Amino acid sequence: MVQEAVDVHMESRNLVVRYGNRVGVGVGGGVSLPLYRHRITALIGPSGCGKTTFLRALNRMHDLTPTARVEGEVLLDGENIYAPGVDPVLVRRRVGMVFQKPTAFPTMSIYDNVAAGLKLVGIRDRKRLDEAVERALKGAALWDEVKDRLRAPASGLSGGQQQRLTIARALAVEPEVLLMDEPTASLDPISTQAIEDLLLTLKEQVTVVIVTHNMQQAARVSDFTAFFLNGEMVEFGPTELLFTKPKDPRTEAYISGRFG
Amino acid sequence: MRRLYSHFGDRLFAFFLLLLALGVVALALLMAYELYRGGSLALGRFGLLGFALGREWDPVVQKAFGAWPYILGTFIVSFSALFLSFFPALAAAIFAAEYAPRWLAQIINFLLDLMAAVPSVVYGLWGIFVLAPWLRDKVQLPLYMWAAEHLPGLLPLLGVPTGYGLMTAVLILASMIVPYTAALARDAIALVPKEHREAAYALGATRWEVMRLAILPLARGGIIAGAFLALARAVGETMAVTMVIGNSHKLPYTLFGGAATMPSVIANEFTEAVEDLHLSALIAVGFLLFLVSMLVNSTAAYVLRRQERLVKGVL
Repeated sequence: MVQEAVDVHMESRNLVVRYGNRVGVGVGGGVSLPLYRHRITALIGPSGCGKTTFLRALNRMHDLTPTARVEGEVLLDGENIYAPGVDPVLVRRRVGMVFQKPTAFPTMSIYDNVAAGLKLVGIRDRKRLDEAVERALKGAALWDEVKDRLRAPASGLSGGQQQRLTIARALAVEPEVLLMDEPTASLDPISTQAIEDLLLTLKEQVTVVIVTHNMQQAARVSDFTAFFLNGEMVEFGPTELLFTKPKDPRTEAYISGRFG
Repeated sequence: MRRLYSHFGDRLFAFFLLLLALGVVALALLMAYELYRGGSLALGRFGLLGFALGREWDPVVQKAFGAWPYILGTFIVSFSALFLSFFPALAAAIFAAEYAPRWLAQIINFLLDLMAAVPSVVYGLWGIFVLAPWLRDKVQLPLYMWAAEHLPGLLPLLGVPTGYGLMTAVLILASMIVPYTAALARDAIALVPKEHREAAYALGATRWEVMRLAILPLARGGIIAGAFLALARAVGETMAVTMVIGNSHKLPYTLFGGAATMPSVIANEFTEAVEDLHLSALIAVGFLLFLVSMLVNSTAAYVLRRQERLVKGVL
């Protein structure tokens, strides 16, 4: 994988996120991390290490937390998404996100859930919506299970199905980057497997950044891995290399299961 | 589990709790029964339906008692007040919960709570000395004069512009129930899980779109329940309404003219109800009021429970 030519899609430069006076991520110097186009980058580390905080900086979700402050730059195709005048709403349309808990809108139908983001960008044409919904549901490997009940409420789906529905919803607006915050943490092994399989096909269309608690998952699906510890980005590299020949003793201690 | 409750102290405590809790239930039932018994003379004479739908209320000459003018007045006044107050209250709740910076939200919430705590007699006093004269001079009279010149057909609907009547009562009542709707709507909005807001934001939704996609559908039940509780409060509100409504049960009611509600007729007439039938009729009005309030309150409780289930099902 490393030999292939890959280009940087998104990149953080000296990124520091503070909550009040506490540094959430960027301890001992801001985080600079490249995210390669159409590759899966996994962010691993023990609870509270700052991996989710870093992830949420990539689509300006920290804007919603009054106490959070972001310093440094995040470049998306070379443009700083924190530059003055950049609309966070537009950033989030290019950089989608999937959360730990399935967050299907419970009062809406399956179809309306997937179409929600498309309607936000003003697409009203029935035929275009139908096509996009089908494409997104197929992309999220959910189409076969729900194609006969698109009008049924989303709350009737299982947890794993709801999570794939939220992935379909995120995919429907055709984002360039998909951020996933422990997307399988609340799912059973079979649903987890389905989502991991899905990730491998997804990366043909989008750049994926996935936060995971599960090192095996990171090893299975990702091309690159970044290891976070206590708000510091300790090590970044191709997944194979990081898991077999870690440079930092702290990385080695973590991946060999000595803590976390 | 059984063992946990077997200590004597625990059993004593549980016993007293049960006694007090049953006391509350007994009190409510007893109140309903007493109201029914007190009103049975009038209800027996005119029949429940005849009493509720009777249009004549004349304690002096005909000695006939029909509560319809008061029932109608109560419905007009409380639904109009709810209609007027609902959207401003909802807007205040949404603003305080989602838009305002924290310091401003705290001020708004404090003031809303304060509004609920102001005694209704104070609202009534303000209505008598400030709102009613102002409405009469600045709104009702000009409107009346204009209608007299240009649209005389409107005059029977407007009625006499005294300042003390339906319109003033509705406006006072609307401002009194704003905090109830607002507080419940605020709580319902706060109950919506953070994940759902973030999911909508992550889709590239603006604040308003987050409201529409993620928050309002989940908070809807709580908001409706708040409206019902506000309605219950409006139906039962006595003092402020009695002070400004003009206390006339002459049908048909007009916009400016006097009217009366179930609570206002009780408050107005109980001191002079020297005859048994008159007193019984007033208590029967109280019984009807009890039934209406119970209906509105239980509807609110039902909607609220469904709302909680909906939100919990999501979590």
